[in-house]
Amino acid sequence: MTPSRVAFAAILGKDLRSELRTLQSLPAMALFAVTAFIIFRFGLDRTSLSGSLASGVLWATLLFAAVLGINRLFVAEREEGGFDAIRLAPIDRSVLFAAKAAALIVYLVALELIAVPIFAVFFLDSAAALGPLVLVLVLTDLGLAAVGTLISSMAVNSRARDLLVPLVLLPLVVPLMIAATGATEPLMIVGGPGYHRFGTWLMVLGLYDLIFALIGWAVFDFLLED
Amino acid sequence: MYGNSQMYGKGLRPLSIATVLAFAVSLSLIFFYAPLETDQGFIQKIFYLHVPLAITALVGFVVGAIFAVAHLRTDNRKWDAYSYVAIHISVIFAVGGLITGSIWAKASWGHWWVWNEPTLVSFLIVFLLYCTYYPFRYAIEDRDRQARYASVFAVTAGAFVPLNFMAVRMAQSLVHPRVFATAEGGMPGSMLLTFLVSLTAFALLWTTLLKFELVAKSAAGQVRRLRLALDAPGTASSSRIAPEVH
Amino acid sequence: MPESQDQERPAVAVAGLRRDYGDRAALDGVGFELAAGATLVVLGPNGAGKTTLLRILATLLRPSGGEVLVLGCALPKEAWKLRGKIGYLGHEPLLYRDLSGRENLRFHARLHGIAGAAAEARIEELLAAAGMDRRGDDRVADLSAGMRQRLAICRCVLHRPELLLLDEPDSNLDAEGREAARELIGPGSGHTRVVVTHDPERFLPEADAVLRLGIGEAAAVT
Repeated sequence: MTPSRVAFAAILGKDLRSELRTLQSLPAMALFAVTAFIIFRFGLDRTSLSGSLASGVLWATLLFAAVLGINRLFVAEREEGGFDAIRLAPIDRSVLFAAKAAALIVYLVALELIAVPIFAVFFLDSAAALGPLVLVLVLTDLGLAAVGTLISSMAVNSRARDLLVPLVLLPLVVPLMIAATGATEPLMIVGGPGYHRFGTWLMVLGLYDLIFALIGWAVFDFLLED
Repeated sequence: MYGNSQMYGKGLRPLSIATVLAFAVSLSLIFFYAPLETDQGFIQKIFYLHVPLAITALVGFVVGAIFAVAHLRTDNRKWDAYSYVAIHISVIFAVGGLITGSIWAKASWGHWWVWNEPTLVSFLIVFLLYCTYYPFRYAIEDRDRQARYASVFAVTAGAFVPLNFMAVRMAQSLVHPRVFATAEGGMPGSMLLTFLVSLTAFALLWTTLLKFELVAKSAAGQVRRLRLALDAPGTASSSRIAPEVH
Repeated sequence: MPESQDQERPAVAVAGLRRDYGDRAALDGVGFELAAGATLVVLGPNGAGKTTLLRILATLLRPSGGEVLVLGCALPKEAWKLRGKIGYLGHEPLLYRDLSGRENLRFHARLHGIAGAAAEARIEELLAAAGMDRRGDDRVADLSAGMRQRLAICRCVLHRPELLLLDEPDSNLDAEGREAARELIGPGSGHTRVVVTHDPERFLPEADAVLRLGIGEAAAVT
């Protein structure tokens, strides 16, 4: 058996190299996010946002931008035979789940590095919320990556790939979004960041990440069988 | 071949009779025994339909997840059919739960829908998730893969149910005054008895429907296989049919 | 390579193999034995289940019934023991379009636990043998179908497999490509081979055994 660490690095490295070369997912995600901000600007008729409105706009935008990346996560494996190649190799199949989730986390972090500062410039009065927001972003990315990888790997083998990802993913991430917006809202209230129930929400995020990472790891073997 | 159908049919008759009896007792209790609630009057009696429907649906989703685990562990397609039917009946029960809940909300709070009742909101989210089970399942063409993915869905969604209830409840900034205490406490003995009998009746109904569906599917599968064996036309297999029992 | 095999035991032994897709049986009652180092040629019309058979032997598809013993591993139970010992060349080249040939081979080498100088040396050796050393840094998307097939052949033997499963190995290859293929995956390459083909004239001279698959007919080994 090839050590899992080696196989993980090989798959993750291959994915990032492909993405860097073709730039298929990331620019689309970032462009989508910025355009969505502009639509919210006119839809809500606000030039500055705070509290729950700010947190809602931010997370709705990030979530839908993430769906674009999640949709494409396994397309190369499906269309170019990567699933077969990985199943022929002497590696633990769960490594594919871990590597794809890691790739998705990289995409999400890159998206947030672009979209969150732009959001702050567009709508926020101060940048004070951004420091503690990093914690919320990281924990939410972990959960999105776990669920997104699981759903994407199944949807890519169906005939309604682009439809199934948002359809199944959105209800599944409702608890994640409740916790993420719950933690973000007090950070963005007028008069500086507040921390009302901040720790509790971070714990909910952590619990969600843990549960879905374990489920994904446990069931992924069954998804690769034929 | 017929043995199969009889095997699934075993116990269906006594189960059906027990269900009918339980409903007779339950309805009698609801209308003639349970006390009229002082604030809400007669409409409160919908509680005896709404809560058992919702509880049965939620337990049914978890049972569907357990069947799905059995399918993944044993690779026996029978369990996939069990899981599918369990989820299917639970979705129907959930529709009933949502409609009765909505009627109750209109009667007691004056609105068809209230956002600050966390149980109701969680229930809606769970319901929406399970609604995606059908398009998800039927979008996968290969039958074996369809069964496996559906089981993975059922397991994932089963784990999601408690997590979702926790998150939604925590999101309520202030604790909404509950009009009714839950079954554990505060309910007069006569109401509790009526509620428990009604819950039993719905649980029996769920089980009867599960068995009935499995018998029907087993019979349909046999008919189709016999036809196929006779080379009859018009029996092309499609992924868009519910799983069969073999 | 086949020296490591037990001489007594066949490399592949299949008995009563069945594979269903829904209600349709793609394979039913297939059986054969293949000695280590020998070549089995599988013939049959479209839809006879040739590719299905190959994918089952490659552990990519699970048999619905029957006994399959490949290199001493019973499928599907012991499939995990078998991975890495098989070289599979299917319809698809199993190469990522956006990576170059070298990058693809490097990726597969790492999946099979070959790294560093050993991997580089092996990749260069194979690219040279396949006549692809000068186009090895081009993206696979920019290569012709024949060149992709040459790369796929390199990928197939990269990890020095014991058993080769080849589905129309000559497809899209020109005369030079066929020569390279003969060297790498031909009868002289020392592998145990199962070759699926539509072209009996081309492959029958190499065959030690022939398996004919046909719809509704019993499989026969000659």
